[in-house]
Amino acid sequence: MVTINKIWKLLEQVYDPEIPVLTVVDMGVVRHINPFGYGVEVVITPTYSGCPAMKSIEFNIIAELEANGIHPVKVTTVLSPAWTTDWMSEEGRRKLKEYGIAPPIPGTNAKRIEALFAEAPQPECPHCESKETKLISQFGSTACKALYQCNSCKEPFDYFKCH
Amino acid sequence: MKQSLINYIFQLADNKLILGQRLSEWCGHAPELEIDIALTNIALDLIGQSRNLYSYAAELEGKGRTEDDMAYLRDCEAYRNVLLAEQPNEDFAYTIARQFFFDVYNHLFHKELVNSKDEQLAAIAEKSLKEINYHIRFSSEWVIRLGDGTEVSHAKMQTAVDDLWDYIGEMTTMNETDRLMLAEGVGVDLNKIRTAYFHKVKEILAEATLNIPEEEPFQKGGKDGLHSEHLGHLLTELQWMQRAYPGAQW
Repeated sequence: MVTINKIWKLLEQVYDPEIPVLTVVDMGVVRHINPFGYGVEVVITPTYSGCPAMKSIEFNIIAELEANGIHPVKVTTVLSPAWTTDWMSEEGRRKLKEYGIAPPIPGTNAKRIEALFAEAPQPECPHCESKETKLISQFGSTACKALYQCNSCKEPFDYFKCH
Repeated sequence: MKQSLINYIFQLADNKLILGQRLSEWCGHAPELEIDIALTNIALDLIGQSRNLYSYAAELEGKGRTEDDMAYLRDCEAYRNVLLAEQPNEDFAYTIARQFFFDVYNHLFHKELVNSKDEQLAAIAEKSLKEINYHIRFSSEWVIRLGDGTEVSHAKMQTAVDDLWDYIGEMTTMNETDRLMLAEGVGVDLNKIRTAYFHKVKEILAEATLNIPEEEPFQKGGKDGLHSEHLGHLLTELQWMQRAYPGAQW
């Protein structure tokens, strides 16, 4: 019999292929773990509908758990409730920043996005910690990121947008 | 009921796949790098949303077809997207006008679809809406920026709006499938969002200092499988690999 705790520990070894410092647990994409017999069902939710990482996350979860003697492993995808950056762990936010990606600022989503030419959230520069940053584009190198530039050190950086 | 629901899902999914494919054509060709990335991000969102819908349609159908079969192995007349979605990119102004006209509809539509009695459709809508919020802001801002921009950008934007205007009525015009699904509590009442649609479109065009065409947009047919010549060319490219090498795997 496998314990739920052991499975959570193992899932902390499964990293996001596009942001390799974050685990699937840090991201908050693992919603439930339902053990049955010697196997387990892992319920995950996608960050964005078109996120190309989801399929490889699914494979990696199965590989990691099976390598540790858990069999069978079934990964189920649910869409509701829709994933939000609020589910990202504190640990995940810290690791993102260290990696050079500004973590999402809570409470800056939904309504503010609808307003045209609305003021963009101002994340701290992950390189020099300046608060003087500007939005370059709402769309960045992956679906979950916006492109920013720091006015102080002039470096461009990614901001994990609030979703 | 089941077949009508599948048809309904195709209407939604095909809009997203076809427009997503059109936007993908900009990859590597947009006027500047940030726009290139933005357009392809939006394409990725739309194609991702269509995948969720196709998978659901395949599951409902229960004949062993997959999302890939739906995208790669259906011919023109089986596609149920609106004519607007398949119109060519032409230039950046056309692309933005087409996107704006679609996003305003898509936004209003999904705000209603989240209340669908069909739980899976409601879940897909809830997920999609978060992404569409970014799309509508992007395209609306560009309509205003170009319309209220230079003499040249204003003229180009006006031409695009005038040319695409005829196609924008179809999105909020009910067909048989829409009526059946509305009666089941699954679909969205397009008559209800039609007023809000034209209100929003006119509001943004006015802010962009653009003239609002007066005629009633009359083009339709895509939702019933009657397409313009452009769809065939688009599918030729989209489906080429699976047609040339049937069953090819990634």
